[in-house]
Amino acid sequence: MSQKIKDATIPHIPTSARISRWIGRNLIRIYAVFAFTYLFIPVAYTFAFSFNNSGKSNLIWQGFTLNNWRNPCGAPEVCTALANSIKIGFLATTFSTILGTMIAFAIGRYSFKGRSTSNLLIFLPMATPEIVLGASLLSLFLVFKINPGFWPTVIAHVMFCISFVVVTVKARIASLDPRLEQAAMDLYANERETFRRVTLPLVAPGIAAAALLAFSLSFDDFIITNFNSGTVNTFPKFIYTSAARGIPAQANVIGSSMFFLALAIVITGQIVGRKRKVSA
Amino acid sequence: MRKIGTPYLLLLPGFGFLFTFFILPIINLAQTSTQTAVGGGDTGQYEQTLRFQNYIDAFVENRAQFGRSFAYALIATILALAIAYPLAYAIAFKGGKLKNFMLVLVVAPFFTSFLLRTVAWKQILGEEGFVVPTLRNLGIISQSTTLTSTSFAVVMGMTYNFLPFMTLPLYASIDRIDPRTLEASGDLYANGFTTFRKVTLPLSMPGVVAGTLLTFIPAAGDYVNAAILGNPNTKMIGNVIESRYFKIVDYPTAAALSFTLMAVILILVTVYVRKAGTEELV
Repeated sequence: MSQKIKDATIPHIPTSARISRWIGRNLIRIYAVFAFTYLFIPVAYTFAFSFNNSGKSNLIWQGFTLNNWRNPCGAPEVCTALANSIKIGFLATTFSTILGTMIAFAIGRYSFKGRSTSNLLIFLPMATPEIVLGASLLSLFLVFKINPGFWPTVIAHVMFCISFVVVTVKARIASLDPRLEQAAMDLYANERETFRRVTLPLVAPGIAAAALLAFSLSFDDFIITNFNSGTVNTFPKFIYTSAARGIPAQANVIGSSMFFLALAIVITGQIVGRKRKVSA
Repeated sequence: MRKIGTPYLLLLPGFGFLFTFFILPIINLAQTSTQTAVGGGDTGQYEQTLRFQNYIDAFVENRAQFGRSFAYALIATILALAIAYPLAYAIAFKGGKLKNFMLVLVVAPFFTSFLLRTVAWKQILGEEGFVVPTLRNLGIISQSTTLTSTSFAVVMGMTYNFLPFMTLPLYASIDRIDPRTLEASGDLYANGFTTFRKVTLPLSMPGVVAGTLLTFIPAAGDYVNAAILGNPNTKMIGNVIESRYFKIVDYPTAAALSFTLMAVILILVTVYVRKAGTEELV
């Protein structure tokens, strides 16, 4: 019945024309699907090969196994490298977030002499190629007879993370409504109280995002680390050095876990953020 | 009412740190770059002789790698722009409720280690992967053509790895475009292409500039893609600096190369930003 009405009211369009019209209208969406597929090919590959019953070299598919996931530290050095990366990441994140947030407040909240020079000093490390940052810092350590290793790597990571923290937190400060602070002052909150109870909670999501960014930059960094870590192995360094002989499947397990963990953190953050927005 | 000293107190620790571990090393690097080996000394011993010839020697010796670095970085930046622009456009204008989720998807591959993804490409494009045999069977590439260990693979790897750096700033500036400006352009009888050229593209220029810089700068100094996906003939300047440091212990040449790389990039960036006419960088 309904089919008949449809046929009567809509003039007949050939299927091919209908398909091409649909494609034309959704071209950009179809493109987005392809682009995302491209982005996820190596991620999917890494995940798939984490289940490979590979033995030593994880190059060819040799059958499905859960052993790599059951025993992610099965390959020697993988977990030592991972533990180092996490330790360095936490230290670098803590220091760079504190230092960077302070700078962001100074630049975002005050007008002072030398503000544009400060902006330039923040921009410069981001505009310098990583290899120059890594090589120059190593030269300095060598001059002072400091051997590359764990703490030089932490220092190097703090150095390149600060700028990214400043930029992220500054963006959040810039988007704040100044009337909220004025309202707090009108309600007789002094400067310190206003900062603690109004400004800081409002900027907190920006600081959290900056910390997350700093950790992922630190965790994933290879070039600067390679210059300053000496004999200390990190997860990216481990992959680089074992790439030639084939990386063990356990590295895929760790890479995939990091992926799902970070995805969970980001999505939880978004849901919490949305709920807050709704309740506000 | 605020105390005048407050911003300086806030800046002091961070800038002290940046001065010690960023500015000072760069100055030191400049000093290293004009040193020469101590006659009869151990390897790795150098003294200051203000030999600026180091720069010319280093450049002449490695001009192929310099050229390659900038050529690869340029191609990768253009490819990334071509891939990322429609994607950012789709997210900004067609994303709807899924906008934030799609943005997470753009950044998500980041969370699997950069090196793991590059190694994954090496294996996907390798002889045992599925791409090469398929292309050979379809007759798209000849039986003897390989994809790994080629300049193609290096550029592709760079394009892939820096794609999120391109997509996010593009998205940020396309998302700020009021859709009504596009409607107005259509109302004034501009077709889709003219609207894009005269309205969308100019309005998204800050994103284009930021994205291309965020891709080009790390790409020009990169050596991981060239090391994993390339061959000895695809070596970039980063590979040379690395081997001068670690294998040959030739600090002055490495320093001169680093400095030249940084100077060229800073000059290119300045010229580019002036030409593109945007101040919205920092």
